[in-house]
Amino acid sequence: MTVSGEPRVPRTLTYAEAVNDALHVAMASDPSVICYGLGVDDPKTIFGTTKGLQTRFGDQRVFDMPTAEAAMTGVAIGAALGGMRPVMVHQRLDFFLLAMDQLVNGAAKWHYMFGGQRSVPITIRLILGRGWGQGPTHSQSLHAWFAHIPGLKVVMPTNPEDAKGLLLASIFDPNPVLFLEHRWLHNTMGSVPEGDYRIPLGKARQLREGDAVTIVSMSYMTVEALHAVDHLRQSDVHCDLLDLRTVSPLDWDAVFASVRRTGRLLVLDTAAETGSIAGEIAARAAIECWTLLKSAPQRIAMPDIPEPTSFGLTRGLHPRAEHIVAAVAALVGKQIGVDELVARRTVPHDVPGDWFKGPF
Amino acid sequence: MRATTLETSTALEPVLARALLFQMKRIRFVEEEIARRYPEGLMRCPTHLSIGQEAVAAAVGAVLRRDDLAVGTHRAHAHYLGKGGSLRAMLAEIYGKVTGCSRGRGGSMHLIDLDVGFEGSTAIVGNSIPIGVGLALAAQLRGTDQVSCVFVGDGAIEEGVFYEAANFAVVRRLPVVFLCENNLYSVYSPLSVRQPPGRSIHGLAAAVGLATDHGDGNDVDEVYVKTAAAVGRVRAGEGPCFLEYATYRWREHCGPNYDNDIGYRTEAEYLAWRERDPVMLYERKLVAAGVFTEAGIDVMQVEIEQEVSDAFRFAEDSPFPEPAEAFEHVYC
Ligand SMILES: Cc1ncc(C[n+]2csc(CCOP(=O)(O)OP(=O)(O)O)c2C)c(N)n1
Ligand SMILES: [Mg+2]
Repeated sequence: MTVSGEPRVPRTLTYAEAVNDALHVAMASDPSVICYGLGVDDPKTIFGTTKGLQTRFGDQRVFDMPTAEAAMTGVAIGAALGGMRPVMVHQRLDFFLLAMDQLVNGAAKWHYMFGGQRSVPITIRLILGRGWGQGPTHSQSLHAWFAHIPGLKVVMPTNPEDAKGLLLASIFDPNPVLFLEHRWLHNTMGSVPEGDYRIPLGKARQLREGDAVTIVSMSYMTVEALHAVDHLRQSDVHCDLLDLRTVSPLDWDAVFASVRRTGRLLVLDTAAETGSIAGEIAARAAIECWTLLKSAPQRIAMPDIPEPTSFGLTRGLHPRAEHIVAAVAALVGKQIGVDELVARRTVPHDVPGDWFKGPF
Repeated sequence: MRATTLETSTALEPVLARALLFQMKRIRFVEEEIARRYPEGLMRCPTHLSIGQEAVAAAVGAVLRRDDLAVGTHRAHAHYLGKGGSLRAMLAEIYGKVTGCSRGRGGSMHLIDLDVGFEGSTAIVGNSIPIGVGLALAAQLRGTDQVSCVFVGDGAIEEGVFYEAANFAVVRRLPVVFLCENNLYSVYSPLSVRQPPGRSIHGLAAAVGLATDHGDGNDVDEVYVKTAAAVGRVRAGEGPCFLEYATYRWREHCGPNYDNDIGYRTEAEYLAWRERDPVMLYERKLVAAGVFTEAGIDVMQVEIEQEVSDAFRFAEDSPFPEPAEAFEHVYC
């Protein structure tokens, strides 16, 4: 759905700039949108995503907060009940874990348990850390936890255009929305339309077309998937690549339609395997598309261990394009080399690119 | 170091004075070396330095007994070293090596040395506060006379878990010392946007029912004297206490650089605190008191530099853990 009729000139922005643009558009168009979180107005402006907001909209609507994630989540719920549209941000998802009661027992249930009378339009931006030794408590991808809770929506955009359109949709959605930004995406570039446009929550985006294998992915894993799918094409293996964009609600129609066509499914996930969204998709595809499947659904996710810090321990830990190629090759019963793909990577395994020099 | 209650100055006890100065200078040099080498890209983890805050760590470490317990935060190097934690194992941990104190799993923010009662530092603000209280509960139940020390920043006291833990400690009169280093900032956020003017952190702690004291965290003498008195009372069963010491971090919140230019604090503020360099102040005091000569301090510095360069060599020469090791220790 697109709400405004103005002409939209696409520009090239980074993902972080696209998030920033969405916040500017939302705050300019609706005075009830407020934005807070640790560091929103500090010199680093949450990796640039909250840049210029306080100068433009004032410190009543854009403010730093005490180190108090639990209470400030409840405050967001209360403010939402009182007519505001709060957008909170945490520099790591892991910091937000202090607020689980407010999120799960409060935000997720308020509409339901009071008979549909109230709604809680809050958006909570969470950044997923990876690399440079982020370690056990700065790197967790817990979207499956959130998706497990009825009443919450969970958004995980991959590219700048989607980041902006989905954030605008999240902010103006009447439900609580968790908006997960992978740290390795913040510097990726893409064309982003101007103005207010909203991408409906719960709709996947088809990024590549093919009939060999359906690859379903989200967030940073989609970047690896794009490398893999383009590499596979050289061997004449053409895959459907669905970028979920929203993991709750999830675009089951798109997943099943593709799987019915290809008969083969590979699901990618940034999270640990057990209890993952990838597992849920594999299970449902097996249930819904059983007779059309040519082989068992496969998934590639993180192993079921906490993420260690050491450069040595993270060698080979995260699934990458070559693992996706290998999994697809196995599904279609072909030998496909990955050397060229691996050789193209010039930076160490624990950074997304030259621009990333730590420390977080 | 045996805990002593001093009415006046540590300078009157040359052995103690030497230990305090040595530890402060050692922590300073370790941290400066980390800052100097960090851009080499071999210490690949978020790293929070304690430069400017050495006095509290050195004094508290000297007050506590080896078998006393301590837990810390993301900014834990100084606390760990002050408590007697192995320097080699700390640096190896920051380098991600198998010889690190957490076998490379935790990095700079997850230090542990059970030989000296350093039970762990953790990276989520407020996370270790109730754990330190639980250690005190165990000590009380088991009838030891150990004290548990919980290092916190001015930001951590804003977390609800601080009140919940402190309240319980007061109710049960637990042998816990909350040691708050107020360095005025939580990342780039000044106290003014987080806590109301005119209300002190120690005043707030007193309202929860904790015995409190506060002082100049850059004066190692003052920190030692006040902490020794407080720990003595806690150990005697008088209940938990909260100590707030004013200090200042010189470098950026996380990472090796100075960042006074980016706009969240002024160069003038930093320079004013630098005038009050805890290491320099104590050095001058001891020289003036005749405990040390300039030459004696130089000898000390040489000893420190040797230990530190040996520890860096150990860290750099140690192997990485094998990737397969990442799968160990998920369960016992
Ligand atoms: C729950 C949680 N929220 C936010 C963070 C991010 N963070 C890391 S250190 C820090 C500052 C804490 O300030 P303070 O307690 O004063 O310690 P200092 O850094 O000044 O030593 C913050 C907010 C975190 N690690 N955990
Ligand atoms: Mg602080």
